Order: sequence, then structure tokens, then C-alpha cells
Amino acid sequence: MSSGATTLETEVLIIGGGVTGTGIMRDLALRGIHSLLIDKRDLCAGASGGNHGLLHSGGRYVSTDPAAAMECRQENALLKRLAPQCIETAGGLFVAVEGDDPAFAEKFPALCRNAGIDCEELSPGEARRLEPVLSDKLFKACRVPDATIDPFHLALLNVDHARLINGSVYRPHTEVLRFEMADGEIRAAICHDHLHNRPLTIRARQFVNAGGAWAMNVARLAACADVHLLYAKGTILVSSDRLAHHVVNRLRPPGDGDILVPGGTVSLLGTTSTRVDDLENVSPVAEEIDRNIREGAAMIPALAGARYIRAFSRVRPLLQAAGNASDRAASRGFALLDHATQGIGNFCTITGGKLTTFRLMAEKTADLVAGRLGNGEACTTATVPLPDDEACSWTEPGTALKHWHRDSDPDDMILCECEMLPQSAIEQVFAGSPGIEQERTLQAVALRTRAGKGPCQGSFCGIRITSWLYDQGCYRDATGLAHLRDFFDERFKGQRSVIWGQQAAQMELAEALHCGLLGLDTLEGDR
Amino acid sequence: MSAEPRHFTTQLAVIGSGIAGFAASIFAINRKILTAQVGNTGAVAYTTGYLDLIGKLGGAAGLVTDPWQALESLRETEPKHPLCRVAAGDIQQAFAEFTDFLGACGLAYSAPGRSNITALTPVGTLKQTLCVPATMAAGPRALAANAPCVIVDFRGLKGFSGAEVVANLRARWPHLTTQRIVFPGMERGEVYPEVMARALEVPATREKLAEALSGVAGSARVIGLPAILGMHRPDHVLAELERLTGREIFEIPTMPPSVPGIRLRELFQQVLPQQGVTLIPQQRVASLSFDGDSATLALSDSYGPIRIHAQAVILATGRFLSGGLEAHPAGIREHLLDLPVTQPAGRADWYRERYTDPRGHAIHRAGIEVDDSFRPLTREGHRHHERLFAAGVILAHQDWIRGRSGAGIAIATAFKAVTEAERFLSGR
Repeated sequence: MSSGATTLETEVLIIGGGVTGTGIMRDLALRGIHSLLIDKRDLCAGASGGNHGLLHSGGRYVSTDPAAAMECRQENALLKRLAPQCIETAGGLFVAVEGDDPAFAEKFPALCRNAGIDCEELSPGEARRLEPVLSDKLFKACRVPDATIDPFHLALLNVDHARLINGSVYRPHTEVLRFEMADGEIRAAICHDHLHNRPLTIRARQFVNAGGAWAMNVARLAACADVHLLYAKGTILVSSDRLAHHVVNRLRPPGDGDILVPGGTVSLLGTTSTRVDDLENVSPVAEEIDRNIREGAAMIPALAGARYIRAFSRVRPLLQAAGNASDRAASRGFALLDHATQGIGNFCTITGGKLTTFRLMAEKTADLVAGRLGNGEACTTATVPLPDDEACSWTEPGTALKHWHRDSDPDDMILCECEMLPQSAIEQVFAGSPGIEQERTLQAVALRTRAGKGPCQGSFCGIRITSWLYDQGCYRDATGLAHLRDFFDERFKGQRSVIWGQQAAQMELAEALHCGLLGLDTLEGDR
Repeated sequence: MSAEPRHFTTQLAVIGSGIAGFAASIFAINRKILTAQVGNTGAVAYTTGYLDLIGKLGGAAGLVTDPWQALESLRETEPKHPLCRVAAGDIQQAFAEFTDFLGACGLAYSAPGRSNITALTPVGTLKQTLCVPATMAAGPRALAANAPCVIVDFRGLKGFSGAEVVANLRARWPHLTTQRIVFPGMERGEVYPEVMARALEVPATREKLAEALSGVAGSARVIGLPAILGMHRPDHVLAELERLTGREIFEIPTMPPSVPGIRLRELFQQVLPQQGVTLIPQQRVASLSFDGDSATLALSDSYGPIRIHAQAVILATGRFLSGGLEAHPAGIREHLLDLPVTQPAGRADWYRERYTDPRGHAIHRAGIEVDDSFRPLTREGHRHHERLFAAGVILAHQDWIRGRSGAGIAIATAFKAVTEAERFLSGR
């Protein structure tokens, strides 16, 4: 395969660089099958990169979807064993506070036991000793094996492992425009390479649609009308500090603002659930922010006065179920469609599901694809550990600090001071992180590191990293400043709805610098 | 530590220590008004040293080369803008008084001219401003003349890349090149502009730097540096380096807090007390009250409570960064007196969708209302108090960020507020 050509060939084309797509890529590689993974943006651009980062124990689903709860329980245990580098075994609490239904709280431990989930009942006093921020109106608490998982780290390692095994390739910024069909098969995907702004044809024997919330759109390009998704917009807030060590869930049927998940040095609070039709322009609104905080504060009063550094919204693809159940009750399970009824023999769609079950989704998909290719190898992702690679580890909070203590070199300048990210980390990402080969840009660095994720949200480090990229010769004209502006515009989408208090002061300083001094609001050229 | 308050009596109290507050004190000194100034000086260090009047006008429209003409247009389109409520002649005089004062204190500035200066930024973009420090003046001249020039940056200095400046200016300035050197005595690790600036106060450091500069300047007659040319005597450091290298030298502001901002802060803190101002720079005023014949400011420092009794007060507390305004989820409030704040209907309207939208964000146009004598108004449209005046970016109906007019609004409205306070104090 030549990267310069406008036609690429592979055995399997996987569309969609979320955790599922990257999981399929690795699963296929382990069976000896070469694949090409594309994403119209970059890794985890959809729901994979816009969730709590919660590795469910299953406790959350015991009342609404016992089958999904059991899947979560199994995958949780398996991933903790096979991908520990992406996981923090924080543990989870389910807490009921005054006003919550005592009957539901009482039956919760039994529901967990039925699904095989470890559930330890705690007295309110014990729970508050574990997490002093919990409300004093707490009346029931249970401990379950919830954990947190970094989807970016996971996706990067999946791709990296597939590349190592058999040279499978990941291409960001490549969007399918249409399919070339003949004799009941897809022959090629006609794509656009947004990075180089040129057309690209990809020929393959099998085509996998792992488009997540976009899966229905991708299926329709192949004239498949059998993918039915509902879109549920979820909004999550990020606090500037980590408020609790454990994952804290509200012990009641799933609702708004009922989970607080630690993410390294911050906490993530969410989520709301609103039906939407538009996939592209979802952003948090003030009402969702206020609702999340109000609900969350019932469990943890400090959430009412906490400093929030960002909020984001993503669309969850929910499988349209028969009947009239609510979105909360709609299946959180996944669906694998082989499109046989649509008259296409080499195309399948995997969608729905959740971060915790991504491996299982990949396994079922790879089983179908391998079978169709006549490959009899069994799935091994349930037994083969995910290899570690330092170049992929910089998305993990705290990584930078570990390295800094280990190889403290006075000449290795810290470019992102909030997250202690040194220039050597970016050098390492350039040397080994998947998908960055053709794109040494600020955005690509930000996706693969913690740069810009701290309290300053990139206001200062964006400028420092850009200067460094100019020094390295990655930029030779005004493109670097256009990228810097786009980076700030993108970060702002997550800041816009939580700008009050100290954040308003921070934003005023940032804008005075970015626009007042640097003039990023008046760049010439590409607008 | 005593619980008994210490009392100060003054004619004028200035609350706020940004450019507006310091400008007010300078104008008061020039008018022989006994003055006390209170407020944290943090925000001054975030300024670049450039003094903008109007650098940009109306949304996406181009840059402003003639700020006086722009001011005339602004009077047509935005009559409520604070700059439109000060006569052009007063603005001119305000800038002249302000820059003359700085020059007399050893920080020379270009005089306010008829047109803007096209100045350089640390990323190689250009910015329209009215006055620049003398240490930065050769840059715009060399740019205009397309003179052979080398931007010299330093190993270990983050956020300032000569390569970036050159890459972004190459089309406009073909004779611009870049070189990287080691700052004398700072061979390893990270280097910081403030430390470099203080080091250059020492003649031996200047001589070594001049040698290094001469070594890389080649045929360039002009050398551009990040802003590091001394903290207290920048004009002297510049003259010495120019003499030693035989070349023209200029500074480019760096990311805040930058040396030119720190210079201003240190100059104000040193000079104002020498000129008779009672300066309490690190404290916030806890309350402000008015009785029959004076206003009383209450605050505390590490020695205990302080009361300042003043005949007139200028409120120049700035916006969110300086704490004059506070953004709460339910709305924007003025911190000290809870003065009414003109603002968008709700939080959802504060910001546009796109951060760098050239039209700017509604939150920046929020602020307090004043009458024609720059006295803040109550909800009913009456003066809050005859002794209270306001100045600076706390005023409504302006967006100093998009307008590139922060210093202009600060200096012009401080001039106006002091003029009106003087009129009140003299009983006219």
C-alpha cells in the first residue's frame, strides 16, 4: 500500500475512529486480518471522547437493563485485567439522599446480586468517612466496583497494537462520501481526505460501519435502511478540582445529574438526556448546566459552588426499540447488523452500546467479518493484554508528573503548565502516537496529550506549543496561527456555558491576549 | 496590630490600580489635587506597554490607521461609547499628559500622533496602537522601511519564537530573519523575561549580550528582541545596547505578565508616593459610604483597619479580571456599591458561539452607566452621589478588547473624571 496514491487497498475498511472502531481494528489484527481505519475527524471525536470515562460495574443498569448490567460486569473485570494502564480502579458508591425512593434503595443490593455484581452495603457514616463531601442527608449507600477509563489512551493503544501486529493503518480526517457498489457488494469507498483536501478511493473486501451516532448516515450511503437510531444529547460538566475519590452515583432510577466521576485531577458531573435531531451542532445550554448542578448538589452539596472549567455535549446513539419507553429506558445494549436483508454481502454496522462494552462489540463484529473472509481464527482480545506504549500515555492525567519526577531535565521545558506537559512528551508523541504522521499540528498534539485540559484550558499553553511547533519547523507560514485560533475556538465551545466567577476573569484575560494583542480575531486569509 | 483604624483625609480617593486608576492619580497630581489611591495592581502587569486608542472599528472591518477619524465615526455609530463622551481635544491632552509623565519618570513614550503606529506582536501579527514605549519604537520604523532586521530569540524562553514572528511577517517584511542565542549566564534550563530584564541592569551582562547579538546580526542594521531591556532604566539599557552593537534595537512585548507591564506597575508604585499620593496598592476597598460632607473608604492592611475620608471618589475598579464587576450565574454585578449594571438579558446571551467572532461578545459591553459628568447612575437614572465619579473599562457600551481601546478608554475617561472631580472640589 502506498500512502501517496489516491487509491488504497486493504482487507477491511473500518469507518469510525471511536473506541469500537479501534477495538475492531485490533481484534482483526490479532486474527491476522489487515484493516484500514478512517475517521472524518480524529480518534474519539464523537461519544467515545465525550462521556464520563466511566468503566461501569453494571450497577447503573440493574433496574432498567439487567442484560446490559451483566455485560458491564464482565467487561469491567476483563478490562481491569487486560488494560490496567488505561484504568483507575477508583471504586464506586451508590448513594440515596432524602427525597429519594427508599424502596428502590432497599432492593438495589439484591438487583446487583442477581446480575452478579459485588455490592457492599455501607452505613451512611461509613460512606461519609470514605467521601466527606457527601451530603449529610444521605440515608443509604452501597459500594460497587466502578472504575474510570481513559478512552483516548485506549483508542491510541488499540490502533498502536494493530499497527505493530500487521501494519494496519489509521487515517484521520478521511470521510466517506459514497460507496461504489456492484453485484450486491461494496467495492470501494469514495472518500475525501480533509487533511490534504483531495479525493481518495479505498478498496476493501469487507466494510465495517462503526460510525457511532453517525452510523445511520453511513449505512444510508450504502442504501441500507435497517439502522434505526435515536439521538440523545448528554451534557457533562468538568470541575477544576477532583471533588471525590470514588465514582459517586445517585441511588435511584437513572436521571439527570446523577453521576460524578473522577478524571485524574478533575471531576465530571452529568449527565442530562435530551432528544435531538441534529448530530453536528450540539453544545451545552445554561438550563442543562443548572439542572446538572442542582441534581448533583443533592448528593454532594459542594457541587453548587464548585468552579467548572468546561462543559461538553455529545450525542449517544440509542437503538430504537419497539414500544414507547423513555430514552433512559431505551436499550443501552448494542446492535450488530449484517445487512443481509438489504442485499449487501460485505457490509455490517455496529452501533449503540457503551464505552464499557466496546471490546465485546468489537469481538462480535470481528467474528462476523472474519467469518465472511473465511478466517477461522478465534477472538483473543479477552485474553491478550493490551500492550503499553509510552507515546500513547500522555492523555492520562498525571502521566506528565510521573515522567517529570523520573527524568527531570532542566532543558526540557514545560509547555503546558496546568498539566505539566514537557516538550519531550510532544517529541515522543510525534515519534510514536498513531495518526500524527502526516499532521504535526496543535490540534493533533492536543488530542494525544493533556495539553489544554487544565484550568487555563489552553489559553497560555496553546501559544507556547504553537511557538515550539514553529521552532521545530512544523509550521512555516500563517497556518500555525490559523490552527491556534481554531484550537481556541474549539476549546471555547466547552467553556462557553460555564463562564462565571473566576472563569469570567480568566476568559477576559485570555481574550485580551488572544484578540486584543495577538489579533486572532482578524487573521487574514482563510476566513 | 491595632484594632483602632488609621484615618487618612484627602481631597480625592481613587479606587482601582489599573491604567485608569494610575492615570487618574497622575492627572490629579498635575492639578495639585491631594490624592489617595487604593487597589490591587495586578492587572497593570498584564498590559503590553502599548497604549491603544482605537485600533479596530466595527466588527470584521479593517484595522484603524487614523484613530481620530475613527473616533468621529464612532460618535455617529456608538454615541454611548465612553470615548464619545470625552472631547477629542481632551483625549489628545490626556494621552500627552500621561506619556509626558511617564517620560519624565524615565520611561519614554512616543507622543500621541495623528495616526496609529503599526506595532509588532510576539506571534508576528501586527497591531494598531497610538503610543509605544521608546524601547519598541524602532520595530514599526524598520517594518515600514522593510529594513534588514534580525529577530533574536533565546534558548529556554518559552512562548517567543523568532521563527514564528518571521514566518508570519515574511510576506510583508522580506528582509526579516531570525537567530537564536543563549542569554549570558543563563546557559541551562528555562529563562524568564523578568529575570533577564533585571540582569540587563548590570553593565557586564549588557556587554556580553551585545557581543552575542553582534555575533549573529550579520548585515542586519536592526535587531528585534523579546521585551527584556531592563526593568527600571529601559531607555538607558536600550541606548547602551545600541551603542555597544552599533545597531538599532527594539523590543516586542511577550506573553503576559510581561516586562513592559511590570515596568509600568513598578514605576507607578515608586513614583506616585514620591509625588505625594497616598498609595495603598495591595488592598481592596471593603466598603464605600457617603455622609454629609465626605466619602469614607474602609479597608484593612496587615497593620489593621484603615479609613480614608475623601471629598470626591473615582471608581476605576475595572472589569472581571480586576474585580470591579462580578459574573454570577444569575447576572453581572458591580462589586463595591452594587451599582446597576447594563447587561444582556441572561447568561446565555453573554457570549457568541464562536470565541474569535470579530463582532465581539455582549458581556464586554456590560458595565455601569454614568451621566455627562461621569457620575454613576442609579436604577432610576439619578446620580448615585455627587461625590462619586467613574472611569475606565467598568463603563458600559464599549468592548475594549475588540476595539483595541483599553488604554484609550482608561486614560480618556480618567481625564474626564478628574476634570469633573476638580470642578466639584473647587465648588464650581
